[in-house]
Amino acid sequence: MTSPSRLPEPYGHDGGANLADILERVLDKGVVIAGDIRINLLDIELLTVKLRLIVASVDKAKEMGIDWWEDDPALSSRARRSELARENAELRERLAELETGRPQEEAS
Amino acid sequence: MTGLRYVYAVCRPFGAALQTQLTGVVGAPPKLLHHRGLVAVVSAVPERDFAEEPLRAHLEDLEWLTVTARAHHGVIDALMTVTTPLPLRLATVFRDDSGVRMMLEAREGDFRRTLDRLQGRVEWGVKVYLESAPGETPGGTAESEPTAGKAVSGRDYLRQRSMRAREQEDRWRKAEEFATRLHETLAAHADESRLHTPQDSALSGTSGRNVLNAAYLVSRAESEEFVEIVDRTKDDAPGMRVELTGPWAAYSFAGEKP
Repeated sequence: MTSPSRLPEPYGHDGGANLADILERVLDKGVVIAGDIRINLLDIELLTVKLRLIVASVDKAKEMGIDWWEDDPALSSRARRSELARENAELRERLAELETGRPQEEAS
Repeated sequence: MTGLRYVYAVCRPFGAALQTQLTGVVGAPPKLLHHRGLVAVVSAVPERDFAEEPLRAHLEDLEWLTVTARAHHGVIDALMTVTTPLPLRLATVFRDDSGVRMMLEAREGDFRRTLDRLQGRVEWGVKVYLESAPGETPGGTAESEPTAGKAVSGRDYLRQRSMRAREQEDRWRKAEEFATRLHETLAAHADESRLHTPQDSALSGTSGRNVLNAAYLVSRAESEEFVEIVDRTKDDAPGMRVELTGPWAAYSFAGEKP
């Protein structure tokens, strides 16, 4: 058992704790454990939550120099993933076109 | 209890009782689930809110998120008065108690190591703000021109602009130097430190520009001294504001050492 010694009085977060400080900690810090209910906070929600909290539009945020979510590996990797998925789909389509096209070309 | 299991934190067994009126998310009282010398602090949450689909939808709802985040933090904060909790991220949910036990077993080594590292320590948050200069908009750029009275020539206008830009740059440089020095001092008085992304003022609702957002892991015994050091620096830098928050549970140090 632990017996906490006396601590200085709380600073800045008694009662009306700054919501930004709390959200920062409970959403961004703390141990990440994959529970049975699989929700990856970093995957989608957090981006929208963060953006909603700051400003309405991403462009406006960038204009103001708020671009920190781009440093967030999870967020930017998601951006990378969706970009890859899009490219992948395009390539498949292109490949299918080429494959269906080839026999005709060979025949001609 | 029925429903899903929401896990707040993992701790070592502790003797003191939790506050009897303590409630967690959705108002349920947190319970202690002992397993192999570790304790998971859990409460029952309904499937209709915490199954994957509804949870996903809820997380998009800022009001729900706010209430849930405060409740989660409330439990962590209460645990801090009786032990050294290892906080889990918001919305860590299992089907039942046995799922929680399996998780405790799977991560046992990590938990023990981290709990040892955090034992008897708390987190202090320190932020430094660069206060807005006179005539500067809260957004950060100087836009308000001295339009009162006579019109200024193009040359004068440009000269004023570049002068302001230089002043601004100078203030930034000074703020950065101050923040770096302060961080070095505080890190030397802490067991560990983490630099977080500065908060945007629109998010935090505070004035000025956040140039340092750091967290320090400090033993309870040395916390008073740490707070005094922060207090002393407050008057050191004109135009700058130093803000201290805490003591927090060691949220920022819950992961493995970087």
